[in-house]
Amino acid sequence: MCLAVPARIIELDKDVAVVDAMGNRFRAKTTLVPEAKIGSLVLIHAGFAISLVDEEEARKTWEIIEQINDLRDESNDTSQ
Amino acid sequence: MREKILEAQRFMNAACKKLGRRINVMEVCGTHTVAIFRSGIKSVLPERVKLLSGPGCPVCVTDQGYIDAVLQLADRDDCMIATYGDMIRVPGKGGSLETRQSKAAVKVVLSSEDALQLARDNPDKKIIFVAVGFETTTPATAVAVKEAAGQGIDNFYILSGHKLVVPAMRALLSAKNNNIDAFLCPGHVSVITGYGVFREIVEDFNRPCVVAGFEAVQIIEGLAEICSQLAAGKLELKSMYPAVVTEQGNTAAQEIVAECFEPADGYWRGLGKIEKSTLRLKEKYGKFDALRQFSITETPVKEATGCRCGEVLCGLIDPPQCGLFATSCTPDDPVGACMVSTEGACAAWFKYARKEKRER
Ligand code: SF4
Repeated sequence: MCLAVPARIIELDKDVAVVDAMGNRFRAKTTLVPEAKIGSLVLIHAGFAISLVDEEEARKTWEIIEQINDLRDESNDTSQ
Repeated sequence: MREKILEAQRFMNAACKKLGRRINVMEVCGTHTVAIFRSGIKSVLPERVKLLSGPGCPVCVTDQGYIDAVLQLADRDDCMIATYGDMIRVPGKGGSLETRQSKAAVKVVLSSEDALQLARDNPDKKIIFVAVGFETTTPATAVAVKEAAGQGIDNFYILSGHKLVVPAMRALLSAKNNNIDAFLCPGHVSVITGYGVFREIVEDFNRPCVVAGFEAVQIIEGLAEICSQLAAGKLELKSMYPAVVTEQGNTAAQEIVAECFEPADGYWRGLGKIEKSTLRLKEKYGKFDALRQFSITETPVKEATGCRCGEVLCGLIDPPQCGLFATSCTPDDPVGACMVSTEGACAAWFKYARKEKRER
């Protein structure tokens, strides 16, 4: 539950962003990372950006998330 | 990658030889637990480097009394429960939120913002946000509370089960399990808190604290660093995750949390009552506090008969040592919280290591 997902900011209106993570687009807030801009890569946790992140680290984390999602599907879990 | 693993193995082997005993490293993050199992890291560790899963999964450490309080609110006609999905299957008194779903209003949300939106969309209901999670998750709750205050939303309440990692580590070492040699510290909690928060564990308890990322190599290098420190007798605080973790952490997030919350004594599954280990809303945000507004109490409850979650969470036993493991307790029909969340130690063992021997 404490794993944050890297995503790129596609749109930004004040602190409300649309982000893209592995092809999934969703809304997230940038209240906690005021320096985030359109195009920034950020770590998203529970709907909020919690820090900036670089390309290399984002790629590594995406891979791990993919693996963990497989695990969740396999175990038929209802969690997000 | 191979080179890095071989080098790490050399450090670990040298440390085991020098110390001449088992080295117990606790990972205090459910995501590390899953990553460790998933990547098969255990198979490349020396036999005498033992990984213990600690109280690092928010669903697992949430006390039964809290779950029962949520269920009490779910049974009220005027309330709607907004919860992260992980929580809905945790068994409480007379069922779980999932079993209540047919008659009670229970909505799964992905963020505190979604919960706040439910409050806007359902003015005739009182929305109770089941606010659980460690330092990574708390800032999101704090922002929602501040927004509710700013926008005059008066049907939004949070039941705070937010917890702090460091007090739990202190409680473990002082009372529950003194055999932990070192901590592999959580990566994304540290993004918020900064790795500096773990300094007190190094200084007060003489235990290495090493923050690591979630990739297999990062975890193995973190373990090698811990072993090298133990072998050299030089116990330190170190972050091996510089890409996102700084010493100070996210100060904007820390400020928002400090404005809304204050530490309070609280109950943890397995660890019992820990001083100043949970966060409750400050008086000025008291009207959003479900505990204050609905006069419910969280009464600590003993675990279900036979469930040994408490010992699992303290790193005292591995899940297969519980008599219910994989027999009457499975992910489909969990008896204890550690089998509910995919990040729970029991669920991870069930998935990956069911056949391992029941011994330590
Ligand atoms: S296997 Fe089930 S009953 Fe046993 S400790 Fe884990 S969650 Fe509790």
